[in-house]
Amino acid sequence: MAENNDQRDIKKDLVERIGPMAEVLEVLKAFADGFATTFKHLFRKPITEQYPEYKRPLPERTRARIILTRDPDGGERCVACYLCSAVCPVSCISMQSAEREDGRRYAAWFRINFGRCIYCGLCEEACPTSAIQLTPDFEMCKREILSLVYEKKDLLVDHGGKDKEYNFYQYAGVVTNVGDKGAHIREKEPVNVKSNLP
Amino acid sequence: MLNWIVGLILLMVKLGIVLGVMLFFAAYLVWAERKLLARLQVRYGPNRAGKFGLLQPIADTIKMITKEDIVPEAADRIIFLLAPAVVAFTALLMFAVVPFGPSMRIWGREIPPVISDLNIGLLYVFALSSLGVYGVALGGWASNSKFALLGGIRGAAQMISYELSLGLSLVPIVMLARSFSLVDIVQAQANYPFILVQPISFIIFFISAMAESKRIPFDLPEAENELGAGFHTEYSGMRFGLFFIGEYVHIQVLGALVAVFFLGGWRGPWLPAPVWLLLKIMLVALVMIWIRGTLPRLRYDQLMALGWKVLVPVALINILITGVFVLI
Repeated sequence: MAENNDQRDIKKDLVERIGPMAEVLEVLKAFADGFATTFKHLFRKPITEQYPEYKRPLPERTRARIILTRDPDGGERCVACYLCSAVCPVSCISMQSAEREDGRRYAAWFRINFGRCIYCGLCEEACPTSAIQLTPDFEMCKREILSLVYEKKDLLVDHGGKDKEYNFYQYAGVVTNVGDKGAHIREKEPVNVKSNLP
Repeated sequence: MLNWIVGLILLMVKLGIVLGVMLFFAAYLVWAERKLLARLQVRYGPNRAGKFGLLQPIADTIKMITKEDIVPEAADRIIFLLAPAVVAFTALLMFAVVPFGPSMRIWGREIPPVISDLNIGLLYVFALSSLGVYGVALGGWASNSKFALLGGIRGAAQMISYELSLGLSLVPIVMLARSFSLVDIVQAQANYPFILVQPISFIIFFISAMAESKRIPFDLPEAENELGAGFHTEYSGMRFGLFFIGEYVHIQVLGALVAVFFLGGWRGPWLPAPVWLLLKIMLVALVMIWIRGTLPRLRYDQLMALGWKVLVPVALINILITGVFVLI
């Protein structure tokens, strides 16, 4: 505040001494400042990133093309629980569950329509087995809209994505030295899905 | 008769050359503006079509021509279709009186360095400059759109106001050169350019010229962020392109006028005369682009206040002072 008053005093002083010319001088200085600023910018290197030639390295968690990942031992992570398809706000995920010989579920077919997908990442959040994940690869434009419908073979990859070591069945529903099945912290007794009784 | 035919052919050749050069430079002035403006804003500007984006004007032209020429249903059709032509036409015609070199002799025939050496060249320029307002005002009115109408009205008001200071700022030049002909005005600057003796006239003329060509900070008729695109909101395709050609030809013409009235026209050492004129036009255009990259748009009342309360009185006082000096 004191500084402001000082400045005002200096200005008043100037106006008293050299009359209204002070204001003209002030205006001229403002103009000169503006033109000097733009002139200096003329010699700066542009900050534009030249996209197809230079591709900015994107963060790992960037949300773009969706993949289906595998366990560290190579098995499919997806257990066809339908959580991703249920949470999807644009209903672009569809699948058909099936059961293996040993009772483990898997997706008989799995389909994502990228023409509808909004890359919100809710499917990834919903997935209990870390199977469905979003990758930073966003360059997937197509001229033919139907070619944006990706089937399971297009989605499935041979690695664990962002969660390399995770294996759902080694953590869930297993006996550990902390406790038995259903006896871990915040874990409920396993439900017998084959029974009708609660 | 033969003499007449040769004269006609010569005139046609000159017209062709001037028209070609004008349109070529108008196209590349757009390119230069986009490029320079981009660099002022730490961007690259067009750089995809050809080396340094040099083919961009061609790409733009192809785009404009192949686009649909939309005429709004409620528009006044004939006026709507003609208005862009008025803007481009008057801008191009103004160049007719600008001399681009000393007179030459080819095969014993005197070739004047100008398309038409009118003895009232300066008044002719003002007449056409005023006619250009019709393109803007009628285009805005015929579109039958609020934004376009507002832009057209603003354009008319602004250009009429600044026409006055534009004219008054040149009266001292006429007093010094003792002629309305642009050829004579350049002749009168044989010893020194008039900017040295008439700096105030120069500043007033430059500011008014920028207002005349509807450039930032005087682009109220367009005012993208208030009026959409102002008077050419409803235009599309090559008619929109014509407005643009008109604007950039206008910049060149005003650059040429600044050169003729204040910078000594085609005069300059070493280089051939037309090259000097082009260089001076380009210099003025570049300064205009620099100003566009620096200053914000004026408010409407500020625009009017600057025109009527500052430029006109200063121009009148300037005439008075010059008159006193000329008398002495």
